[in-house]
Amino acid sequence: MTNRFRTHSGGRIDRGAPVSFRFDGKTYSGFKGDTLASALIANGVHLVGRSFKYHRPRGFISAGSDEPNALVNVARDAARMSPNLRATQVELYEGLKASSQNRWPSLGFDAGAANDFVSPFLPAGFYYKTFMWPAGAWKRFYEPKIRAMAGLGVAPTLPDPDRYTQNYAYCDVLVVGAGPAGLAAALAAAAGGAKVWLVDEQAELGGSLLAERTATIEGKPAQQWLADTLATLAAMDNVTLLPRTTAFAYFPHNMIALAERVTEHLAAPGADLPRERLWQLRAREVVLATGALERPLVFPDNDRPGVLLADSARTYLNRYGAKPGDRAVIFTACDAGYRTALDLAAGGVAVVAVADLRREVHGELPARALAAGIDVRPATVVTGTTGRLRVSGARLAKIKGGPSVDPVGASETIACDTVLMSGGFTPSVHLFSQSRGKLAWDAASGAYLPGTSVERERSAGACRGITGLQRVLEDGYGQGEAAAKASRDAASPARGATPPPGPSAKTFPAQADDLGTDGFIGATPHARNPAFTKAFVDWQNDVTAKDITLATREGFRSIEHVKRYTTTGMATDQGKTSNMNTLGIVAEALGESVPKIGLTTFRPPFTPTTFGLFAGAARGDQFDPVRKTAIHDWAAEHGAAFEDVSLWKRAWYFPKALPDGRREDLHAAVGRECKAVRSSVGMFDASTLGKIEVVGPDAAEFMNRMYTNAWAKLEPGRLRYGVMLREDGFVMDDGVVGRMAPDRFHVTTTTGGAPRVLAHMEDYLQTEWPDLDVWLTSTTEQWAVIAVQGPKAREVLAPLIEGIDLAKEAFPHMSVREGTILGVPTRLFSVSFTGELGFEVNVPAQYGRAVWEAIFAAGERFGITPYGTETMHVLRAEKGYIIVGQETDGTQVPDDVNLGWAVGKAKKDFVGKRSLARAAMSAPDRKQLVGLRTTDPKLVLEEGAQIVADPKAPVPVPMLGFVTSSYYSAVLGHSIALAVVKGGRARIGTRLSVPMPDRVIEVEIVEPVFYDPKGDRLNG
Amino acid sequence: MAETASMAETAAIGAPRAAYPLDALALGARSIEAARLTALGPAARLAFRGREAAIQAAGEAFGVALPREANRRHTADGRHALWLGPDEWMLLAPGADPAPLFAAIEAATAGLPHALVDVSARSVTIEVAGPKAAYVLNQGNPLDLSIEAFPVGSATRTLFHKAEIVLSRIAPDIFHVDVWRSFAPYVWQMLEDGRRELA
Repeated sequence: MTNRFRTHSGGRIDRGAPVSFRFDGKTYSGFKGDTLASALIANGVHLVGRSFKYHRPRGFISAGSDEPNALVNVARDAARMSPNLRATQVELYEGLKASSQNRWPSLGFDAGAANDFVSPFLPAGFYYKTFMWPAGAWKRFYEPKIRAMAGLGVAPTLPDPDRYTQNYAYCDVLVVGAGPAGLAAALAAAAGGAKVWLVDEQAELGGSLLAERTATIEGKPAQQWLADTLATLAAMDNVTLLPRTTAFAYFPHNMIALAERVTEHLAAPGADLPRERLWQLRAREVVLATGALERPLVFPDNDRPGVLLADSARTYLNRYGAKPGDRAVIFTACDAGYRTALDLAAGGVAVVAVADLRREVHGELPARALAAGIDVRPATVVTGTTGRLRVSGARLAKIKGGPSVDPVGASETIACDTVLMSGGFTPSVHLFSQSRGKLAWDAASGAYLPGTSVERERSAGACRGITGLQRVLEDGYGQGEAAAKASRDAASPARGATPPPGPSAKTFPAQADDLGTDGFIGATPHARNPAFTKAFVDWQNDVTAKDITLATREGFRSIEHVKRYTTTGMATDQGKTSNMNTLGIVAEALGESVPKIGLTTFRPPFTPTTFGLFAGAARGDQFDPVRKTAIHDWAAEHGAAFEDVSLWKRAWYFPKALPDGRREDLHAAVGRECKAVRSSVGMFDASTLGKIEVVGPDAAEFMNRMYTNAWAKLEPGRLRYGVMLREDGFVMDDGVVGRMAPDRFHVTTTTGGAPRVLAHMEDYLQTEWPDLDVWLTSTTEQWAVIAVQGPKAREVLAPLIEGIDLAKEAFPHMSVREGTILGVPTRLFSVSFTGELGFEVNVPAQYGRAVWEAIFAAGERFGITPYGTETMHVLRAEKGYIIVGQETDGTQVPDDVNLGWAVGKAKKDFVGKRSLARAAMSAPDRKQLVGLRTTDPKLVLEEGAQIVADPKAPVPVPMLGFVTSSYYSAVLGHSIALAVVKGGRARIGTRLSVPMPDRVIEVEIVEPVFYDPKGDRLNG
Repeated sequence: MAETASMAETAAIGAPRAAYPLDALALGARSIEAARLTALGPAARLAFRGREAAIQAAGEAFGVALPREANRRHTADGRHALWLGPDEWMLLAPGADPAPLFAAIEAATAGLPHALVDVSARSVTIEVAGPKAAYVLNQGNPLDLSIEAFPVGSATRTLFHKAEIVLSRIAPDIFHVDVWRSFAPYVWQMLEDGRRELA
């Protein structure tokens, strides 16, 4: 394809670097420096999409991030496929593949366009009015149909293979927007030595200067001045320049989120570069130099491909050398239309007419247009366009003076292939508004401008309503200077309006067209049948002027309600082109002033942002830390299956290879492991248990207050099982505690409870008892813990231990000794969570694996069996030992789970004591821990199953309790279960029912200790 | 800076071999000069907490005066004392056996209100060095790591992505990241991910 609409010279494209790309399967060529939009326009392509609701053919409206129409899909491959990218921001690279959206079977012929013909039945709020009948049809018919029709673009189905990174950064002055105001602000701030960041969403810094043809600054052509200024800034160490970077969110305390597109514009990005980078930048001072957005005019058929914003057309022509057409009709409410007309004429585009909404036209630009022989028509509107997939003509009509039934006279159709509109400029106050700054209506310019600031921020240039290149530059410089000065002042945030431009320290003599503040908001008049005309306000959500007036007729007054009812301004462009016109239409319909109607709130993000940017590196294996013990790799090498316990990976069971090559299942492995522990010896990695060293002269007093047990009489060298309550008296955690010395306790907690218990202790220590001389140190990761359990445990360990007498009398159950194992210092506990003789070997973590392997080797002659958490659970359940969080759910007092013995009745106080004294805490019908036996010994109950007295009772059946733990005990040869049941202890020996979906299971209530009820085996 | 598990320590202990969570990862590290990653060797790490009366004695016994200014690290004879809280310090002695150090400080502070806990095995230290070290750390750490805001001699308990770390600045381009064992591979891999773009 040729670039038929390319100018012969000029623009910022690199004409020596042609680039080939594909759009909807067709190959085109453009140049380096083009956007997808400018390259398509240079090729004469304006039809690029179908609209959201009516599937109307659509073309480009703007040349920037405010583009509502030209949303395309850009795909590097099946996984790297981005829907809904604005073609105006997609930089061209060799081989780029883009396609249009929301059309089937093709862009030129789209079946969904039938919606356009039934549009009288799809008015604003039609969702709320239709699909009401029949009642069941919503779920079965309407919703699936609407879902199939709705939405733009197609999400990729493969995982995103790209990388995204996130950075925190700090600066003195952040300048958002690198147009003339931003550049001048950066110059001023940087001159004072401040650390300055200048960011801009475009591929090149320069803003409006990039499209300047005739303006001069400081005696140089604007583009030369821009190049010199960027070179100056780039050479300064204290300046960071970031193009392709959108300041998309303004958070409290000047935290600004920046989305930097790192590789999106590259044909072959390296694998090491992130696709995008999220900057979370904390700026002492912010200068917003975000410019102004050109407003469309709302006239019938204003969505025909070939209808563009006038200043955007000028950008395509001057910056990219792309002509919007051959014959242009311009419809304007301000001088911007004339500036575009003059540039088009100079660029070889015939300007056949300028329709000016204003009754009188004077000033320099119109005069120059007249002098250039352009047909200028004051008090004239465009009342429609002709053409189907591209505009072929514009209907022009004179506005009638005085009261009249028809607001306009007869129309005349003028042939053209592009219609360029300008309703004036809307200051871009998005970020200011996000910062919670208060907007103020400026009647003189008909715009909302930044009013009272909340953050340490100031606006500069066009975004605060300043016009004229020289005034904008000087305002930018002044604000940059003030920001740098304020950044050196640590005083409290400035709250107030940005001051009017004072005498700038520097003048910027500039020659440029001043467009002034003329403009129009609302819908322009026409005399056509409203039933058959569509004048679009919001292109992306297909909202017309008619929809807005309908909403007001139906009683909507608040702009927030009109917005939600009609969906205007709710598309991904956030109403950048539509908000002000909506306001104008509502104001006129209600006969109110614009500030009375208000303005909707601007919310982040300024432009759509990828999920990848927010996820950053936190994905896949790196989503959360995966905590592994020192013994983990040994377990993995020995075929262990693992389960997640909080962030830890714990060995779950160790399936053995079977003779036929398969591996044991959970059931077989656990049965074997349990039998080994009960009959000989097993070993278990208990390293994940939480450990806290409680040290200080007041350690025992602190323990007394934190735990229900009495600690004062516990001698050094002894262990005790401790129970910790919350303030409300319910069991919070448990664990074995060793007294290492009079002033030192080795506390263990549950694996998942470790951080919570430490925080709970610290909370009391710091807020309630700061007088206690005691300190807490987490030692969870200091120690690897190896539990050796079973009748042969002592025989396995004895040859390895030095300095500790393992004899039963010297080292009774529930003791702790310090010595060495194979030369490694150890804290050796005689403790059991299995009901067998048992020890827990604590060694510094780096020796965990080596000691584990040594014990494994020493135990070989006894058939020592490594076991996992599942076997640990079964063994403890056989003994009726509870697990906090399994037998408890935060509503059990100690007595409910048979731990009443652990409460020191004589103690003066402990956390939760007072709550335990409440009558309800000792009521006889509280749920109490019991055991369950099923009549069928093979049947394993489901954990969580409800327990009832009479399953045939009318619904709702009274629930007596539920199953908390349930296993098959290979050792006992029958299933076992623990449960909490109302008044359970009194029901022991009776039968209750567990109703399941397919049957009712009868259970006997039994004592919760199934194995060795006397505890003889503990002592070996 | 890297010190491998010292031969002396292994010999003293006897047969069991010490193993550290970064042993394998450190072997596979890419060579990226802008931000070099090194897993440092073992160190004695003692958590010291105490009242005013015990602070000076502890510092004298350790050989490094405990800093009284927030977030500072004092260094003497290759040992470091890091201020982590108004009554909390981390005493670091690279390559040293913790037992005699522990005993010496306990002896010097006997009878004074304090708590000394050996946490040598609890964490490992990663050195991040090079002109882009701060940039890589700032991918997961929200502090201002400019030399003005976080000068040499700074030390603080903070975060790297979702892991708690103790971060020290040893030199303008050298940082030490002390991290609990089980979080070390996560932190290492996040550092690798962060410096990948500098390859």
